[in-house]
Amino acid sequence: MAGMEIGVGHYLSVSAALFVIGVFGIFVNRKNIIVILMAIELILLSVNINLVAFSVFNGTIVGQVFAMLVLTVAAAEAAVGLAILVVYFRNRGEIAVEDVNVLRG
Amino acid sequence: MNLLADLQVALPDALLAGFGLVALLLAAIGGDRISGLLRFVSVIALAAASVFAFLQFPLGDAEAFNGLYKVSPFVLFAKGATYALGALSLFMSGGFLKTASMERYEYALLVVFAALGAGVMLSANDLMTLYLGVETLSLSSYVLAAFQRDSLKSSEAGLKYFVLGALASGLLLYGSSLVYGFAGGTGYAAIAAAENTVGLIFGLVLIICGLAFKASAAPFHIWTPDVYEGAPAPVVAFFATAPKIAAVVVLAHVMFTTFGPHEASWRMVIAIIAALSMIIGAFGALAQNSIKRILAYSSIANVGFALIGVAAGVEAGAPSVLVYMTIYVIGTLGIFGGVLALRRGGQAIDQVSDLNGLFKLKPGMALAMVILIFSVAGVPPAAGFFGKFQVLMAGLNGDLLWLVVVGILSSAVSLGYYLRLVWAMMMKPPGEPLDRTDLSVSATVLVTAVLAFPVITIAIQMLLDAAQFASAG
Repeated sequence: MAGMEIGVGHYLSVSAALFVIGVFGIFVNRKNIIVILMAIELILLSVNINLVAFSVFNGTIVGQVFAMLVLTVAAAEAAVGLAILVVYFRNRGEIAVEDVNVLRG
Repeated sequence: MNLLADLQVALPDALLAGFGLVALLLAAIGGDRISGLLRFVSVIALAAASVFAFLQFPLGDAEAFNGLYKVSPFVLFAKGATYALGALSLFMSGGFLKTASMERYEYALLVVFAALGAGVMLSANDLMTLYLGVETLSLSSYVLAAFQRDSLKSSEAGLKYFVLGALASGLLLYGSSLVYGFAGGTGYAAIAAAENTVGLIFGLVLIICGLAFKASAAPFHIWTPDVYEGAPAPVVAFFATAPKIAAVVVLAHVMFTTFGPHEASWRMVIAIIAALSMIIGAFGALAQNSIKRILAYSSIANVGFALIGVAAGVEAGAPSVLVYMTIYVIGTLGIFGGVLALRRGGQAIDQVSDLNGLFKLKPGMALAMVILIFSVAGVPPAAGFFGKFQVLMAGLNGDLLWLVVVGILSSAVSLGYYLRLVWAMMMKPPGEPLDRTDLSVSATVLVTAVLAFPVITIAIQMLLDAAQFASAG
């Protein structure tokens, strides 16, 4: 079918949708901190879709290199996040978002 | 470009990275027994990296690693200051770590790697390098905030910092990807040469959001009071100084160089962020009782002030940002020295009422603190006044009269809580005696107080000249 070719705009729309879902996952979610970690991953992966799509349509390899770096850092970030979460759980005994409230002014 | 020439340009960072990796290996063998030694060596390595950064001034503008990395006097000045502040905050943390039973070898290494991340993001000449630098700094900072792992407050501070910091990194990254797509490259030069499109401006605003978070400017400041209150005092002393000056200077640098040709699109955004930060910083602290929370709001307000210099544009603002941030972080480092010294029976204390009668208990420390608080508040004749004067003049030269008025008014409001601290120290009757202060803390507080004192106008003049030279290059 003519005119139904998938262009850069489609990729950007998917990535923007994932990004918004990720941001909402952080702010709207009142249940579990693990879900926040998943939302963060979603944001980083939406960026990767952007980078790879632009890389193909711009004809430069830079975006794909950037995406590899993002993947690496995302792994490190998840490791650090989970480690902090474990430390927090040992002290608090809960990981519900509503209970993260010892510090407030 | 061969590797040796590249490493010569990146000498301070390469030195620190090499040191960090070797020290990590040695620490894995030696364990916590060598943590004291490791801290001592790390202070020396950071100080050496700082000296090398200042010695690189004659290089002028130099690129390395195929244009991914670039030094200029403007960033070298900030990098030298960052490493020096990292060294000083690590130097005075020893006593606190021992009494709080936090004496573990990871501490010094995390500070080294955080400082390295700050240095790399300063020298970035490409969005990829910028992102890696920001993440190196952030990931180390999250762990540092949660470093007192048997404390609920500290681990909660680490968790909050992590969640909001990861979101900010996501914004920065999404902005970078849009800028890459619409400018056709990630190098600063390519972006500066790109056409001004809607996509580019959208990416630019997201990048500003991400960097403003790292600098704790409003409306991205929400994490700051919580993290400052919860994290251990020496960690906060580090957060409030070394990464702070680096983050503000990176924001200024990215705006001035990368998005310099698109100046009309971002000046108003930065001006609004500056105004919000100053107002929230001034009013937020009035109702607080924790010293660390008050200092958190103070740092939000002061970042707002520094951003006046950024909003003023490159010609008017660049030197004033450097001068302002340098004077501010010196003052803050000294005040946190005072907070570190506040211990009763080995317990760290943090309420304004705990300062009561400090002048009777520790006259020298109290006097130094008063000078430092006046400097951070910008009361003449302390050094901070000259810093505020510089940015306000820059704001006037940049046609931002309304922002200057907001700055002066919010500065008057914030005097309220600064004077409350001074009043508690000088006028209230003293409480229980405090523990003995470590020599390293007293020495740092003394040095910073001397630097903040107006007798050293010559030094300030030299700083001005250096900053002028640095931003002219």
